[in-house]
Amino acid sequence: MTQAQISTDSEDRGFLGGSGEDSGILSWIFSTDHKRIGMLYLYSVLTMFCVGALLGLLIRLELIAPGRTIVNAQTYNALFTVHGVVMIFLFIIPGIPGVFGNLFLPIHIGANDVAFPRLNLLSWWLYILGGMLALTSLFSGGGPPDTGWTFYVPFSTQTATNVSMAALGVFVLGFSSILTGLNFITTIHRLRARGITWGKLTLFCWSLYATAWVQVLATPILGITVTLIVLERLFGIGLFDPTKGGDPIMYQHLFWIYSHPAVYIMVLPAMGIVSDIIPVFARKHIFGYWAIAFSSLAIALFGSLVWAHHMFVSGMSDIAVFVFSLLTFLVAIPSAIKVFNWVATLYKGSIALEPPMLFSLAFIFLFSLGGISGLVLGSAATNVHVHDTHFVVGHFHYVMFGGTGFAFFAALHYWFPKFTGRLCDKKPATIAWGLLFVGFNVLYFSMKIVGLRGMPRRYFDYLPEFHLMNLIATVGSWILAAGLVLMFFNLIRSAFRGEKAGANPWGAKTLEWTLPSPLPHVNFEKEPVIDKGPYDYEQ
Amino acid sequence: MITNSSHEHSGKDPFGARLGMWLFLFTEVILFGGLFVLYAAYLSRYPGEFAQAAHRLDMIMGGSNTIVLLTSSLFVALAVSALQRSEKTAATLFLLGTVISAMVFLGIKYLEWSAKIGHGIYPDSAILNEMARGEIIFFGLYFVTTGLHGLHVLIGMFIILVMLVRVRIGTVDADNFTQLEVSGLYWHLVDLIWIFIFPLYYLLL
Repeated sequence: MTQAQISTDSEDRGFLGGSGEDSGILSWIFSTDHKRIGMLYLYSVLTMFCVGALLGLLIRLELIAPGRTIVNAQTYNALFTVHGVVMIFLFIIPGIPGVFGNLFLPIHIGANDVAFPRLNLLSWWLYILGGMLALTSLFSGGGPPDTGWTFYVPFSTQTATNVSMAALGVFVLGFSSILTGLNFITTIHRLRARGITWGKLTLFCWSLYATAWVQVLATPILGITVTLIVLERLFGIGLFDPTKGGDPIMYQHLFWIYSHPAVYIMVLPAMGIVSDIIPVFARKHIFGYWAIAFSSLAIALFGSLVWAHHMFVSGMSDIAVFVFSLLTFLVAIPSAIKVFNWVATLYKGSIALEPPMLFSLAFIFLFSLGGISGLVLGSAATNVHVHDTHFVVGHFHYVMFGGTGFAFFAALHYWFPKFTGRLCDKKPATIAWGLLFVGFNVLYFSMKIVGLRGMPRRYFDYLPEFHLMNLIATVGSWILAAGLVLMFFNLIRSAFRGEKAGANPWGAKTLEWTLPSPLPHVNFEKEPVIDKGPYDYEQ
Repeated sequence: MITNSSHEHSGKDPFGARLGMWLFLFTEVILFGGLFVLYAAYLSRYPGEFAQAAHRLDMIMGGSNTIVLLTSSLFVALAVSALQRSEKTAATLFLLGTVISAMVFLGIKYLEWSAKIGHGIYPDSAILNEMARGEIIFFGLYFVTTGLHGLHVLIGMFIILVMLVRVRIGTVDADNFTQLEVSGLYWHLVDLIWIFIFPLYYLLL
């Protein structure tokens, strides 16, 4: 493997492989190289994102006016269910760890691969299998599931649609997520190069570490929960069926014991990316390194104890409501610590508004708006008013899309040179960012307003007084879509025609920028010498 | 403590391999944990009916299965230490003992389930649906939990079988026994989960 290293030819494509034996499809889909697996995730995850985005656009189109517009009510139910399943289980959860974690975690710690490379490949294959099961459920059996991505009982055990296969897909995807998590934990513990102490770990690694623990400890609960749904449908066991002594609320508890921590699986790595990008483009050491690192762990810990805030109106004792509401407010503290540290890093920095930085700044803004609306939901009294309205939909899109989605785009632009060898064209990227930012706010802020006014979520039809805000939201979705199209077009074009990037176009200090672009086959021919930290800009 | 194994031959980090397996075992514990949580919640709701239903389980069969699994765990531990002392034949025999124990366990489980089903007690059966609600839930949980555990015994048995072959042909030996060690860890977990299932379902007063 070492002969591929000498970069004498004009077009060294590094780990991407030139022409010849290491560029065939089999050399990719059976590769155990963490960089290639990262790219496999990139292509598959972005494909799923496009599918999900298309479904989202259809939902918005249906809601452009009251009454039936383009689809019937049953199809509408399927649309929002599949949109949720695809976006959550096939895009956001595997997204950042699968793509950027695989690509850069080993390099950030000075290692040549993850601890279990073959297991890593298995994770990707399980992801593909789970994705196929989830997508097959749309076209087979009783048709696409119509339960919402939460699969709430009793409906999910009674509907004739293909819930069992979708649930099986989710189970397999959970397995994939668990294997990635345990791989990353072991990698971070065992494979750090000499000199990469815990205090020299990048904050991206810290966030992946916290995420990985949540993946390992929370995902099995999802596994057993969806298994119970399938068993319930097959055998009618009755664990959630009141006529047989079961309790549907138990399902909601089990489901959210996983699915709330899953929110942090989605957003923690995004926070790590932003923590790594901001110092680069502010030319400053990150402010409050340890505060950011430990707030990730604190979010992972507290985030695992707040699940029942999804159930304030489901039927719980007042004490339970009080406790879960209080714990929910506690999660806001470490989240706010991060935001303040990012802003403090910007203070008196030498700020360069390159596309990755723009997306990161948008992240801070949108995530803060999403987080604050989360407190409205976490407070038991206001929750009763806005529960199951479009306010909730607006809130979690601010956090998930405005947060994780924008961080994903930031990472795409930031690390683009490392997996293409080229620079991304700045001007179209900036315009695309503007479109995304404007479209996003028009779309989801309208949802928050219309939700506050009382429009329920997941309804096919609505009252005429909600028409204007829905119309505005749908127009926003088109602006957002235009931004996405421009952004992806620009990225693809730049991958072929962009300027050669060189090893370190941004002047960043982390280890991946000491390697050529695109990254070489073998990360480190000899052990890297670590003489300074990942954020030492003021030397 | 911090060794730089990334630059050595990959797959030669026994500590890392054990760490990975322990993390996986956490996930298994939590997978069953979901069922134990349901058990706890429903036990507190139907304490009397749970006890009544528990009396219908065969304590002899459950007890013998406990002994069988504990013995199998002992066999795995003995196999690991035998291999460490390069006693290949002994290791193979102990592993064979584990596999046989697993088969015996599954056999007894089969008899037990058949007896229940023979009495018309299985999910959604007419007889079970006539019983008290707590009993329906008890047997629902019983079938799901022991079924899932049985599946784990089957998977574990397969893994031990693969290890048996590898010890036999020498790919796993005294210098390279991490695979056997982590497979053993998995088997101990299967045993451990049963140690919780047994009193919860069979010894409930």
